[in-house]
Amino acid sequence: MLGAEKIKEFEIFALKIRIEAMKAIGNLGFGHVGGALSIADALAVLYGGVMNVDPKNPRWDDRDWLICSKGHAGPAVYAALALRGYFPLEELMTLNKPGTHLPSHCDRNLTIGVDMTTGSLGQGSSLAVGVALGNRLDGRENYTYLILGDGEIQEGQVWEAALYAAQQKLDNLIAFIDYNKKQLDGFTKEINDLGDIKAKFESFGWHGQEVDGSNVKEIYEAIERAKEVKGKPSVIVLHTIKGKGWSFAENTASNHHMTVSKEQMEEALDELYKKLEKAVTR
Amino acid sequence: MSAILAKNRIREDKEMRNAYCETLMELAEKDERIVVLDADLMSSMGMKPFLKAYPERTFNVGIQEANMIGVAAGLSATGKIPFAHSFGPFATRRCFDQIFLSCGYSRLNVRITGSDPGVTASYNGGTHMPFEDMGIMRNIPDITILEPVDSVMLRDLIKQTANLYGVFYTRLLRKNAVKIYEEGSTFEIGKGVQLRDGKDVTIIATGIMVDEALKAAEALEVDGISARVLNMFTLKPIDKETIIKSAEETGAIVTAENHNVINGLGSAVAEVLVENRPVPMERVGVFDRFGEVGPESYLRERFNLTASDIMEKVKKVIARK
Ligand SMILES: Cc1ncc(C[n+]2csc(CCOP(=O)(O)OP(=O)(O)O)c2C)c(N)n1
Ligand SMILES: [Mg+2]
Repeated sequence: MLGAEKIKEFEIFALKIRIEAMKAIGNLGFGHVGGALSIADALAVLYGGVMNVDPKNPRWDDRDWLICSKGHAGPAVYAALALRGYFPLEELMTLNKPGTHLPSHCDRNLTIGVDMTTGSLGQGSSLAVGVALGNRLDGRENYTYLILGDGEIQEGQVWEAALYAAQQKLDNLIAFIDYNKKQLDGFTKEINDLGDIKAKFESFGWHGQEVDGSNVKEIYEAIERAKEVKGKPSVIVLHTIKGKGWSFAENTASNHHMTVSKEQMEEALDELYKKLEKAVTR
Repeated sequence: MSAILAKNRIREDKEMRNAYCETLMELAEKDERIVVLDADLMSSMGMKPFLKAYPERTFNVGIQEANMIGVAAGLSATGKIPFAHSFGPFATRRCFDQIFLSCGYSRLNVRITGSDPGVTASYNGGTHMPFEDMGIMRNIPDITILEPVDSVMLRDLIKQTANLYGVFYTRLLRKNAVKIYEEGSTFEIGKGVQLRDGKDVTIIATGIMVDEALKAAEALEVDGISARVLNMFTLKPIDKETIIKSAEETGAIVTAENHNVINGLGSAVAEVLVENRPVPMERVGVFDRFGEVGPESYLRERFNLTASDIMEKVKKVIARK
């Protein structure tokens, strides 16, 4: 069980990720707002406590790995890494600028703390299987975490990886689906419906769970349960909201990639800072 | 073919994607075999009006490019004329075997459009920046590869491909192009367009490098160098005749492309020259590097894709004559 103090800590971390991601995107003027904001709570739980990592030794062999296969959530991942102490927060302002270490899509060769390069959707799934296999071969007890978009799992590669992960009984692999119900062109249901994602993974031999992906307590507890599962990989379907945390983005139909004016950034930050204040003083 | 060079080479008002959508709508109105496929990038491609007008002929499969290409091939086997789009890397690399076998080897009738060529992928960065799309597609026997330079050429070429049979790859700038041709210009697939005559060197360019080539030629004139400029908008089949003729008449060649020089325009032209009329040649393009993130103007400089890079290579090639 998770104590109230830890829950509060995760909630604050999630808000800070949203704030820093919005500053970086707002500073540039555009970016993948929706998918960065929807995954902030999961990232907060992972980098805020669950993951066994060492920012001073980012490529430590025994670390837990994170593969953010929906690579366009880069700004949220970078915010989490900076807040965790991998690099200074100011660096977030270099997002997509000439010579940056922080490109739109996650890049293992550019950003300290990013484990795998992603951006071509679907590919992170197989990478995670390989990493989990390699670590198991080396006798490590670490975990590999994988974040997939809901639209992303329309890629056949995801299901090839899912099948093989089960075949290999990869219980050191825990995948999250950011089930925000939307992809670039609209609702996943209207484009190519994913149906019952949990049931699909279960039928592939995975252990499945479904939680409120904006609730850090539920996310944390699902991870704890997943760690107890032996002989199977685990999937946690996160019911999330695309653009979560900034009302305007939440209410905008087309919120995958958005332009963000200075005023809009101020408005978003205002809303998020108010929530932060409330969380801190609660 | 009657192509007229634009008097003012300015940014077009209309984005290429909108011209693309309008052209497909025009074609679809006249020919009900026309169908459109996309892989969750219809809004990026400005294709929502097509979806609205022809929902039953629009297949947005979601994020699954390989499946999209296979479905397009299947549709074409039933007599439909599919146009399938994704970003350049995902429309080519991501589903190459499906294009090669299900479309090419199977002798089916499929048009593939890859948007955001080379540095124009800009803020999407290295994962989305195709410097190799035309290069890998070039390995498919009998494929036609086109890179329309502006909306006038785009409309003409798309209309032509609709009435032809085979596999076509169109490399498409998504945003506003620099206007190179006057309205009403027409083009012949497989035939380069001479935009400017010259006697000391021929600059053979494609895509966003055409405007750079013209700028370079104008600047070189001040230095007393007379440069011919060709727009080689068809990478395959390459226009051997015009290349050989230019080599004979100007004695030196520089190619310019927003693409890896390996297996792109530089390679295609070099192949023609060495087998037919070897003359000194230099290439402007991306020298075997991966893409990077940043503003397009920065990337053009970083990858040496500017008029001054062309001028440098022109001077170098003339010195080798
Ligand atoms: C292979 C591939 N195809 C297309 C794209 C372009 N693209 C980037 S994000 C995106 C939509 C992603 O939707 P989803 O996975 O649901 O992510 P989220 O909603 O979390 O942003 C698309 C189509 C891509 N990056 N990679
Ligand atoms: Mg989604």
